[in-house]
Amino acid sequence: MMADGSGKEGAGAEPTRAQVDAEQEFDRAIVEGKFDSVDMRKVLDAEGGVMDMDKMWITMGPQHPFSHGLWTLIIQADGEIVTDAIPIVGYLHRGWEKETENRTYPKIIPMADRLCYAASMTYTHLYCMTVEKALDLEIPEKAKYIRIVADEINRLQSHLMWLAAVGTDMGNFTIFLWASREREFWMDMNIRLCGARMTTNYPRIGGVRNDTPDIFDRDIIRCTEHFEKMIWEIIGLIDNSSIYQSRMVGTGIITREQCANLGITGPAARGTGVDFDARRDDPYDNYDKVGFEVPVLTAGDSYARYVVRMEEMLQSCIIIKDAMQKIQALGKNSPYRLKAPSRVPAGRHFGRIEDCRGEAMMYLVSDGTDKPYRLKVRSPIFINVSASKPLVQGCRIADIPVIMAMIDMCLGETDR
Amino acid sequence: MGMEIREYSDSWEREVSDALSGRFGAAVEIAGSEVRRLFTKASRDNIHDVCRFLHDELNFEHCAIVMGVDMVDYMQVVYVIENYTNFRGLLVEITVDIQNDDLHIPTVSDIWGGANWHERETWELFGIVFDGHTNLKRLLTPDTYEFFPFRKSYKLRGQE
Repeated sequence: MMADGSGKEGAGAEPTRAQVDAEQEFDRAIVEGKFDSVDMRKVLDAEGGVMDMDKMWITMGPQHPFSHGLWTLIIQADGEIVTDAIPIVGYLHRGWEKETENRTYPKIIPMADRLCYAASMTYTHLYCMTVEKALDLEIPEKAKYIRIVADEINRLQSHLMWLAAVGTDMGNFTIFLWASREREFWMDMNIRLCGARMTTNYPRIGGVRNDTPDIFDRDIIRCTEHFEKMIWEIIGLIDNSSIYQSRMVGTGIITREQCANLGITGPAARGTGVDFDARRDDPYDNYDKVGFEVPVLTAGDSYARYVVRMEEMLQSCIIIKDAMQKIQALGKNSPYRLKAPSRVPAGRHFGRIEDCRGEAMMYLVSDGTDKPYRLKVRSPIFINVSASKPLVQGCRIADIPVIMAMIDMCLGETDR
Repeated sequence: MGMEIREYSDSWEREVSDALSGRFGAAVEIAGSEVRRLFTKASRDNIHDVCRFLHDELNFEHCAIVMGVDMVDYMQVVYVIENYTNFRGLLVEITVDIQNDDLHIPTVSDIWGGANWHERETWELFGIVFDGHTNLKRLLTPDTYEFFPFRKSYKLRGQE
């Protein structure tokens, strides 16, 4: 280029005087409105087409620190701003619903534990509740209260696992350690209640497997009171930190109407103004006989979803204390389990439960044999993650981990 | 109808079923009701109108389930639609029968965005085609699958 001395073909070549004049005249013509709208459209389209080449598709996952499980988010980024997102799930699809058609009803209980590893008992509870409805079985009062306590323990440990994950997502390892430490106490409660930490295999069709042991009755109140004090330390760690505030306030905003239409449920929806909680508005078991409040915020950003989850943890403590009083008032001799027949009469039934991540449903089609004809699981996260495009559109790439953490991914139930 | 939140009263199921029969007559069959549950049967021709009516007139904002059931002689699509405000907690279940030789049904993903993935899942597992769906691709199973694994004709081991 330098050798032949022309210099005009190079990238850094100076434009000629005539070129500059032509360009300036063209710009002036645009400003003065000399082009009609059709021509103008062509100019803008041409420029937009060139701009599109700046956008870049980035694959985040399946092995990515933000994903908390095996799933992929393919994002289109324009510089630092996310313009499009495609979530991809299905790496963990086991055909759970089809497998149940090959098992007798009691054998599905341990399988239901494996749907969600963070809060296994809620799905087992939901499954047992659905089959009980099909059998038209009214379970003993005590079993209902024990299931409530077990559900809330699972809600607490799931939310604490979420809190630990949010901590590492935002680069604070202290929150991860503190939340994991508090979670360990609730795991101990699981061990005292049914002998296992995570996959508990505890509810049964017709009640629960065993009565609450004495050691559980003693420690659950101590654990709850301890936790009600300790949670404020974690809250202080987050709310007093400007880094947390700036990354959560005002990110991942969607409107209430969008949220309801896209099918987002659970704490993510209650942080967006959807005033609905199946525990209060469609009470199952004895949730209508214990006192609690449903936190609802209308801000619709990540911070509102975080506050809703933290408040839910405190409400869970209130529910546990209330339900434990009711269990103790019923006495040690009251029944906790009924014998259930193995064949379920033909019909269709569904159960609904407020899972810690949203609204979980099971739809059972039975044909009168001892195996289900079809069992459908409505997983909350499966639908929540389908709304990830409107959630992350317009945010920065660095905000994606925080926004997606606020819907609390759990791939076991998503892919089923 | 207004969007104000109301407390549950046992006349809700009748209110919704009256509204449905008032608009669609005998085309929507009311199969029964329980507390906060209403079971209905619709047909393939009017399912989109029924869903549109529930969404626009009665404020059913949330589509909880779209699922397929293989009844061997025919297939079924079951919709569970839910309300957040004026009938808070009420679920309407709509069952639609479709024949095995013509597995097509109109999509409702233009009414509820949340139905989008439900319909994709139902398509890939049962082979029920949702007409008008914008992105009917495989979601959970590998793209190379050429069969529909949740049909009763697909046998598991030990299931003969």
